[in-house]
Amino acid sequence: MHIDGNGAAGMFAEALGVDITTAVLTCAGCGDSGPFAQAQVYDQGPGVVARCATCEAVLARLVRTPTDAWLDLRGARSVRLPLGPAAG
Amino acid sequence: MTEPLVRRRSPWLAARVFAVRSETSVARTIVLDVPGWPGHEAGQHVDVKLTAPDGYSAYRSYSIAAPPSGERIELTVQRVIDGEVSPYLVDELLPTDELEVRGPVGGWFTWRAAETAPVVLVAGGSGIVPLMAMLRERARVGSTAPFTLVYSVRGPADVYYEAELAASDVPVRLLYTRAGTSTRPAGRITAADLPDTTGARVFVCGPTGFVETVADLLLARGQDPASIRTERFGPTGG
Repeated sequence: MHIDGNGAAGMFAEALGVDITTAVLTCAGCGDSGPFAQAQVYDQGPGVVARCATCEAVLARLVRTPTDAWLDLRGARSVRLPLGPAAG
Repeated sequence: MTEPLVRRRSPWLAARVFAVRSETSVARTIVLDVPGWPGHEAGQHVDVKLTAPDGYSAYRSYSIAAPPSGERIELTVQRVIDGEVSPYLVDELLPTDELEVRGPVGGWFTWRAAETAPVVLVAGGSGIVPLMAMLRERARVGSTAPFTLVYSVRGPADVYYEAELAASDVPVRLLYTRAGTSTRPAGRITAADLPDTTGARVFVCGPTGFVETVADLLLARGQDPASIRTERFGPTGG
């Protein structure tokens, strides 16, 4: 069972220092884009996996060790981060 | 190691429990004092971390239930059976207890008081929590944006914020999935349960299946996808 990207905001904010939920990711698999908030997030494993809401390909994986955050974004062709006030 | 040029955002902040109050037999509102809380928008989350005496820690993300009041924030947490965090928060936590929070997080599922367009809120179970923050923010600032709330729960005993919703000027449509009434048989949400959403922004929050159902109903009636914001949760590790 998945949740959506809203529930993973804290972990990504810790790793990246930005609000990932408003970022628009373009799927390297199907080419669809959408806000990270709408990605399908599986957070029951050792890390967090975000999948494309359209084709379910893996967009991002984030694993946290006691000292580091490992982020694999190869499933996202691009990550568009809004700047300015709306970036929160 | 040199000092990092950019300091990480979202550090953990110490929080102290100011008050707790029961919403239902399985859900409790927790009021926290968080020195240094930077404020938040209606709909945002906070991560709550518990640390055991042996150093083991676990955290979960919870929606904030009310607008900021200085450095005081409110969460409403539902107990998840066999959960790791929520049973402690719902059954054990007492005023003056301390924990850690990180946030606010998430800027996508939010409503700002400057928005004047009509809003339809659709809640499934504890999905009411971030939507309640929006209702309360609207009341706090005296917004006249037309709001409607559709709130699906198992039965009357499962309604959060019951008295406050009853006293609100916002029309509230309660749907019972397991208790029939004189006007509606028991059952899950259908197209007939949704009000007119023409020109409205729609916020949907609830369990994943509920949100998918409502989003499909809205799209089937031709609602502009860009006007729909959704948030899905659990069942997670609780």
